[in-house]
Amino acid sequence: MVDASTSAHGDLKLSHLTKSFGDFKAVDDLSLTIPEGSFFALLGPSGCGKTTTLRMIAGLEEPTSGTMHVGNTDITDMRPYRRPVNTVFQNYALFPHLSIFENVAFGLRRRGIKDVKAQVDKVLELVELPHLAERKPTQLSGGQQQRIAVARAIVNRPALLLLDEPLGALDLKLRRQMQIELKWIQTEIGLTFVHVTHDQEEAMTMADTIAVMNEGRIEQMGSPADLYDNPKTAFVANFLGQSNLIKGAIESNGADSLLVNLFGQKVALPRSRSAAKDSSILVGIRPEKFRIQPEGKEMSGNILTGGVISDVSYIGVSTQYQVEMPWGQELIVFEQNDDGVPPLDKGDKVKLSWEPIFTFGLDGSQDANAGSKLIADEEE
Amino acid sequence: MKQATRWFSKNLIRIYAGLGFTYLFIPVLYTFAFSFNDYRKSNLAWRGFTLNNWKNPCGAPDICNALGNSLKIGLIATTIATILGTLIALALGRYAFKGRTFVNLLIFLPMATPELVLGASLLTMFLNFGFNPGFLTIVIAHVMFCISFVVVTVKARIASLDPRLEQAAMDLYADERETFRRVTLPLLAPGIAGAALLAFSLSFDDFIITNFNSGNVNTFPKFVYISAERGLPAQANVIGSSMFFIALIIVLLGQVVQRKRKVS
Amino acid sequence: MAFLHATAKHGSSETKKRSWLPYLLLLPGLVWLFFFFLLPILTLVSTSTKTPGFGIGEFDQTYRFANYWDAIVNSRAQFLRSFEYAGIATVLALAIAYPLAYAIAFKSGRWKNVLLVLVVAPFFTSFILRTIAWKQILGSSGFVNRALIDLHIIGPQTHLTASAFAVVMGLTYNFLPFMTLPLYSSLERIDPRTIEASGDLYANAITTFRKVTLPLSAPGVVAGTLLTFIPAAGDFVNAEILGNPNTKMIGNVINARYLQIVDYPTAAALSFTLMFVILIMVTLYIRKAGTEELV
Repeated sequence: MVDASTSAHGDLKLSHLTKSFGDFKAVDDLSLTIPEGSFFALLGPSGCGKTTTLRMIAGLEEPTSGTMHVGNTDITDMRPYRRPVNTVFQNYALFPHLSIFENVAFGLRRRGIKDVKAQVDKVLELVELPHLAERKPTQLSGGQQQRIAVARAIVNRPALLLLDEPLGALDLKLRRQMQIELKWIQTEIGLTFVHVTHDQEEAMTMADTIAVMNEGRIEQMGSPADLYDNPKTAFVANFLGQSNLIKGAIESNGADSLLVNLFGQKVALPRSRSAAKDSSILVGIRPEKFRIQPEGKEMSGNILTGGVISDVSYIGVSTQYQVEMPWGQELIVFEQNDDGVPPLDKGDKVKLSWEPIFTFGLDGSQDANAGSKLIADEEE
Repeated sequence: MKQATRWFSKNLIRIYAGLGFTYLFIPVLYTFAFSFNDYRKSNLAWRGFTLNNWKNPCGAPDICNALGNSLKIGLIATTIATILGTLIALALGRYAFKGRTFVNLLIFLPMATPELVLGASLLTMFLNFGFNPGFLTIVIAHVMFCISFVVVTVKARIASLDPRLEQAAMDLYADERETFRRVTLPLLAPGIAGAALLAFSLSFDDFIITNFNSGNVNTFPKFVYISAERGLPAQANVIGSSMFFIALIIVLLGQVVQRKRKVS
Repeated sequence: MAFLHATAKHGSSETKKRSWLPYLLLLPGLVWLFFFFLLPILTLVSTSTKTPGFGIGEFDQTYRFANYWDAIVNSRAQFLRSFEYAGIATVLALAIAYPLAYAIAFKSGRWKNVLLVLVVAPFFTSFILRTIAWKQILGSSGFVNRALIDLHIIGPQTHLTASAFAVVMGLTYNFLPFMTLPLYSSLERIDPRTIEASGDLYANAITTFRKVTLPLSAPGVVAGTLLTFIPAAGDFVNAEILGNPNTKMIGNVINARYLQIVDYPTAAALSFTLMFVILIMVTLYIRKAGTEELV
């Protein structure tokens, strides 16, 4: 028989993939193509279906319906050990009874390869841990175990490498370092990486393409910059970075721009950046796009007046303000500390301004807070 | 004074535990001490120190025959019970199937039944079918009451096994059989060894069930029980003490090996 | 997270594809238990209603349920005594084993494994041998008895053996490891930080024990008391070696009926009653304690 575990190559195509647990749909009619050689991230809060999707690709979970293909090979009903797919597990799942060398050689040996030494040595070289070959997994630090887990998977040269929250157990500093390293390894060996994470910063650092998942579906897919600048839903706007979303009504519909009424104040935004379906709109501005000035100073662009600073946090490179607007909403403003002007104080009356082209518009019928609470809940 | 009180209350639990261990070991030490007794008819009063009993452990009639039977029965029963019990534990710990409650109950019941009832009911059945009690019936009985203990021990080990290790093996091209051979079994091995040791000690030390189902076959506990009525030879103390030390050495060696494996 | 959740609740794809495999694994063990545990118990039940036939050891099935009544009435005292002794021994064993298990789990540092081995080690010196040792230690010429007489704690003619005290002490002693091990394994699973947290939240040592340690070790207490009480209630060796005719337990009666008097129906009726009563007590107890962890 043809061994798909080494021969299959090409894009990963998921078509109408669904997984139900009783009445609960963990993954709901998911269709998606992941191009060969890309670094792809599935981003979302826990319970959004990203891990279930990954497990279905790995063959550890059976889809309720739908198909999966690698290139032209249908892998939907293939046993996990026949798939051209390898996984880096969440807690690495290194075999505690085998040495590091044997852990890395495990996949090669199962495929009947006799001389494994050269390949294992080479991949240990790649992750810069050749001196640990004879150790046991428990004797390694978290970061080292992580690299061995990657080495154990990529030594098999799979068509797809799946990473399930691979950096979740590491501390912040190590995580940053490993993000850069993983990205480098991916570029070096040119495999397709599918990376599941709830950490938006991690996804943005590493992935070429991010799919934001929520409740079993993909909310939006695109490059990190595209998702950040042009979120299409309130969930994406809040889950990827922070957003100020203000409810408004479209007053006039120009050729290039829209004029929106925000609680009596008028602002403009490019027509091309609005996803509103009718006159009800959520106007979005990222906190760092705001400029903040004491009331009475001259400003240009879109302007909102009547704000009162309710909280100030000084974070070195920037200062974060919370500004209470006349309609009761708290807006977040990040101001770079690069102009030598001392920060404003709590209770100061301020106005906010920004360039109209930084404004995005979302369909006004959604919950403006969707996705914003989830980030804090995520860390266990 | 105050310091002494504080030390006392701080170490109260250790002192208490020390007393507990003393209680556990008094008869063991007594047995060991009297294995050196220069006994005559009964080994009740101290008559002086001798190494004769240790030099000639088979000196008392039938004692080594009984010991040999106990060891043979222990080894056979342990092997069978460990295999059967491990298979059941694997089914319970790794698979979803119908009739699980019934299986759990059937495993639990022998442990909740007094040994006396187990022994008596087996004998009743053997007699009903005209089956003479002997070596074979002892083995049958021992396997029966050891299975449940093996299941419980191995199941606990399976429950503590990360399912992702087996998934990782499957992900790395090991089929079901290879996964079991290369990952599941090696990881379960300490649990299975512990279960086997438990089964052996239960079998070796069993008197009540054996007494019902042994016919004319003698085992070591049976020998001790019967000869106690007319005076226990000190050789019994020699054998009891030796078993204690052998078991202690085996278990401690196992510990050392495990610790070494972790370090090197 | 979702990963584990999915496996635990819904099983892997493995489960569906090879549904015959678990039954194959169960088959040999369950066959053994069927033929050598269930079938004998059924034989026991059927024997319990028989009446004597012509020869010695021959009995005919007459469905005489009055056998139960006769047997229970005649052995009422021994029945009650068995449960009384077993109950006292269980409480004593719990009182001794809990601090022991606690000390091993939390206070023993790197000696933990060695101490654990030492708890089990006395097992290997035969159970009967150790019970006989107690008889001789406590006996009238033994040092404990003499010391107590010299200290005028007991009268010059009293002796500790051949008494209810000796039987209960023997039962407590013999089943102590069965109490200690489950207690240890449930205590060991407790994160010591929860105990520290309790102290941090203004609970004193006693409150911490009552509200945190004890509830968390409840499964061990349940398993340990069952593993002590059940064999103790059915034991006859301790009463035989350490007791006198007035301390006979139900085990002694059953044993004698079987092996000396050859009155199988009465012995069977008593055995089944004992099993039945214990099973009911166990069921009620497990229900009350709200744990099924034993299995």
